[in-house]
Amino acid sequence: MNSEFEADHDALLQSIVDVALAIYCAEASSIFLYDTERDELVFRAVSGQGQGQLVGRGFPSTQGIAGWVLSSRQAMIVDDLTGSDIFAKDIAEATEYVPRSLMAVPLLHDDEALGVLEVLDPHPQARAAIAELELLVMFARQASVALRVIRNYAHAVRDDPNARRREETRRLLSALTDLMEEDSGPLPRR
Amino acid sequence: MAALDLALTWRLKDRPDDLGVTTTWWSHAPDLAGATGRGVRVCVLDSGIEPGHPSVGPIQGSYAVEIENGEPIVRETQAKDVCGHGTACAGIIRKIAPECELYSVRVLGPGFAGRGNVFVEGLRWAVEQGFDVINLSLSTTRKQLADELRAVSDDAFFRRSVIVASAHNLPVESYPWRFSSVISVGSHAEEDPALLIYNPRPPVEFFAHGSDVEVAWPGGGRRRCTGNSFATPHVTGLCALVLSGCPRLTTFQVKNALYMYARNVRREP
Repeated sequence: MNSEFEADHDALLQSIVDVALAIYCAEASSIFLYDTERDELVFRAVSGQGQGQLVGRGFPSTQGIAGWVLSSRQAMIVDDLTGSDIFAKDIAEATEYVPRSLMAVPLLHDDEALGVLEVLDPHPQARAAIAELELLVMFARQASVALRVIRNYAHAVRDDPNARRREETRRLLSALTDLMEEDSGPLPRR
Repeated sequence: MAALDLALTWRLKDRPDDLGVTTTWWSHAPDLAGATGRGVRVCVLDSGIEPGHPSVGPIQGSYAVEIENGEPIVRETQAKDVCGHGTACAGIIRKIAPECELYSVRVLGPGFAGRGNVFVEGLRWAVEQGFDVINLSLSTTRKQLADELRAVSDDAFFRRSVIVASAHNLPVESYPWRFSSVISVGSHAEEDPALLIYNPRPPVEFFAHGSDVEVAWPGGGRRRCTGNSFATPHVTGLCALVLSGCPRLTTFQVKNALYMYARNVRREP
């Protein structure tokens, strides 16, 4: 089960792809996390097509447009994708959806490529110019920070097995306090 | 010490007409009419090049960086492109310089995403081979590799290997496009594939066609792509044209030839 901390950050990543979807009037938007141990790109947040089906699913880090972008660390827009093999077929089959066009930006922090942010089938008027990549870059920077925090947290939990239990205890105590306040009015706090 | 105020510009935000540059000295713009790139050896450091692609044509050599005993080493390899990026770049170069020799050095691939030393070793090897032009539609953000890359880039400059490098299209520091010894390229938003713009406000020195570019696609087809990755091979192709007419030019002279060729540079009346 996700901790409250992880749930907050999942919500942040989800809000980024939700906003990207809305701004570009797109069919879908996704954030992929680069899993260095498995050398895979893993869906971390999805909005629109594939939402609820793809989170947690991974594919080789060199596959598809996301693989291009992760490897080259360069943002790009690709059109005319219909009929192309390079967009990951397994993903297309899982969602029964193949995009016509795609915008992709690497998620970077310092000297690391953390993942990729994609927008699928943005409205043609929303992606007509190269300038539109800059807007996506702004979202990418938010996503990069969120991914970085999540990973640091995961490392902290790994290095200190009791951290998750302590946090869970704190969360339960907080929830209990809130519940008691609802039932009997405010409690004195130390 | 405070660095000069050099913005991380990656694309041309002005219209080309707003970026007029007049010069008080003038030799002449290179005459590229009839130039084909013949005899010029161009290396594409990327994800490989797909063999037999109709938009790319013959590839004179395919190499890849491999890891042996934990160390990167360049080996001759079977031609293939692991993701398509290199094929897209090669097709643009071939279109501009149809008779140049194309060589591929694969530095992108499975397991390489976190290994900047693969990139450095591939570039070092390419410089040692004396390729005339090296296309880099990629960069690394690893600061610890900056000094090593700067040394390799300086070496290339004096060995007459012209490195043409994509400016990063994110507001982050990356290398080697920031170095003055390479030719750095960003995108303009114009539809003219032949339009080259000199940037009087570096570090990005030139803007080329990077928006809605038709590129070679894995499997033999073509697609339309946008990004600095695709602006860079336009300049690589131009360098090949310049060098096919004047093979002994230094990197310094090639850069000046591009400056004179840029459409926004005009002689002061």
